[in-house]
Amino acid sequence: MVTNLSKPAISIANLNHYYGQGSLRKQVLFDINLQINRGEIIIMTGPSGSGKTTLLTLMGSLRSIQEGNLSILGQELLDASKEQMTLARRNIGYIFQAHNLLNFLTAYQNIEMALEIQEVTAAEADTRIRNILNAVGLEHRMDYYPSDLSGGQKQRVAIARALVSQPKIILADEPTAALDKKSGRDVVEIMEKLAREQGCTILLVTHDNRILDLADRIIYMEDGYLVNRSDVAE
Amino acid sequence: MTKITPKKKPLFLSWLQLRKERARLIVAIAGISFADVLMFLQMGFRGALFSSAVEFHHSLNGEIVMTSSRSRSLISLDRFTDHRLYQAAGITGVASVSPIYLNSIQWRNPENKEIWDIYTIGINPEHQVLNIAGVEANREKLRQPDTVLFNLGSRREFGAIAERFQSGEAITTEINERQVQIQGLFKLSPTFGINGYLVTSDVNFLRMAPFRQGGLVDVGVIKLKPDADVQAVLAEMRSRLPDDVKVMTRDDYAKAEVAFWSASTPVGYTFDLGVVIAFIVGSVIVYQILYSDVTDHLPEYATLKAMGFRDRYLLIVVFQESLILAVLGFIPGTAIALGIYQITNLATMLPMAMDLGRIVFVFILTAIMSSVSAAIAVRKLQTADPADIF
Repeated sequence: MVTNLSKPAISIANLNHYYGQGSLRKQVLFDINLQINRGEIIIMTGPSGSGKTTLLTLMGSLRSIQEGNLSILGQELLDASKEQMTLARRNIGYIFQAHNLLNFLTAYQNIEMALEIQEVTAAEADTRIRNILNAVGLEHRMDYYPSDLSGGQKQRVAIARALVSQPKIILADEPTAALDKKSGRDVVEIMEKLAREQGCTILLVTHDNRILDLADRIIYMEDGYLVNRSDVAE
Repeated sequence: MTKITPKKKPLFLSWLQLRKERARLIVAIAGISFADVLMFLQMGFRGALFSSAVEFHHSLNGEIVMTSSRSRSLISLDRFTDHRLYQAAGITGVASVSPIYLNSIQWRNPENKEIWDIYTIGINPEHQVLNIAGVEANREKLRQPDTVLFNLGSRREFGAIAERFQSGEAITTEINERQVQIQGLFKLSPTFGINGYLVTSDVNFLRMAPFRQGGLVDVGVIKLKPDADVQAVLAEMRSRLPDDVKVMTRDDYAKAEVAFWSASTPVGYTFDLGVVIAFIVGSVIVYQILYSDVTDHLPEYATLKAMGFRDRYLLIVVFQESLILAVLGFIPGTAIALGIYQITNLATMLPMAMDLGRIVFVFILTAIMSSVSAAIAVRKLQTADPADIF
């Protein structure tokens, strides 16, 4: 997919979003304006139910935009077709709160799945999968099924899967929530290191205060509004 | 730019997914095999019914067959005067005519003295009436009084006659209170209506069946001269003979027998219904397996959607799974069915035979069964919403 390099990674203007229909319709996002530059690492934080996940799914092209503008790598997602939305997802690496690995595939095959929709040769795919497994420290676990891996190992496979296709943007929704402090920190550090090497933009939703120092910028969300973080004490 | 290096080989996701859940895979294969075995058995019985029912018809040594106009089947007979047969003999193109007497006669099992009805065929021993090797070889022995030929395919109820005869033992038993001697064996499969056969001469037949009147026969076999036109001779007979008899080609005579069994008895319908039920049972099993498989993997499918896989990719995975199951279930199903055919053959003497057409047909049914189930199961896939996994 052709992307415009001069444009910001993510650009959001006057975005509103609603759940429900008719009289039950409830606004969950209010006039969101946000600009994320290429290579930036941003942490989004805020209380539960403040709309963080909704915003993340909109950026990830997983939900249709209702009002306002949202463009990813220069591509506008307002009124995008189903096929355009599917293709937009291919530029984004996802890291889920639960690892969401395919249980019937080995660690190696799970990462391979991400290359299934990319134009790569067999040799290149193998090299990339082995390199990324090395980078997350799991080369000795590549033939293990998710059920035989620890929580931290599974999340590291998920990160490898998100990064192997060298996406321009990584969206991560509380990737450390299911992990203990130590492995949580490890996982995010690996993610940050790899992303910096690939020049990739990261937006990370988290409640975990211990990883805030990794961010270039922290944004804060409350009751569907984006609040300027500089107003909030460090 | 043209690619010269081969693109990465795609992961065989459907098989990997099936293989991981070993127990479910085995249940699915067992279910499909079971449905296939049921279908094969129903079709096998149906085929055996029809092919055994017309073995006698096809053995008749003549192009044209005459019966009473009220005869419908070997088990629904009516008699006609052999005078009609001799009238037919006068028609141009006819080479010879032979009457056949048919009746169930009481046979006493020489071992346990039980009485069973046995289907007895009375022929003129001077004529080749039946193209059955065992009958031809021993036909002339039937000139002797109270002699019969016994059928190899007869059921056990009549006694182990064939085995004992083959070991050289002289066997006599009682038919309708006359002592008769077995003079030879021939092969004719039992049918759903007939347990066993005897062949004897017309003279012996009337001795064993004193209630039958000579000259009133059941079937007439008409042999034509080599240059005769069958249809022309038939037309001539129909115009010359009274309507108390009907004449037909040997093939039509066999077709009428099959039509009797499939239309005038519940047997044909029963087996057809059996095939339909087996098909439904198989479909339900495959559907259950695929549906729970799709349901269990819904979050994983949603993940794939979120990664940018199209719905089509997932649909193909599920259809591939259904076809893999169809093939894996079909192979043992066919093997088991072949085994059961053999066993049934030995136990009932019914000619259960597998043919390629039936194998292909059952495979097509299995593939349809699996794809239809997959088509219903994938409706669930639409609900794999990528937005729900965050």
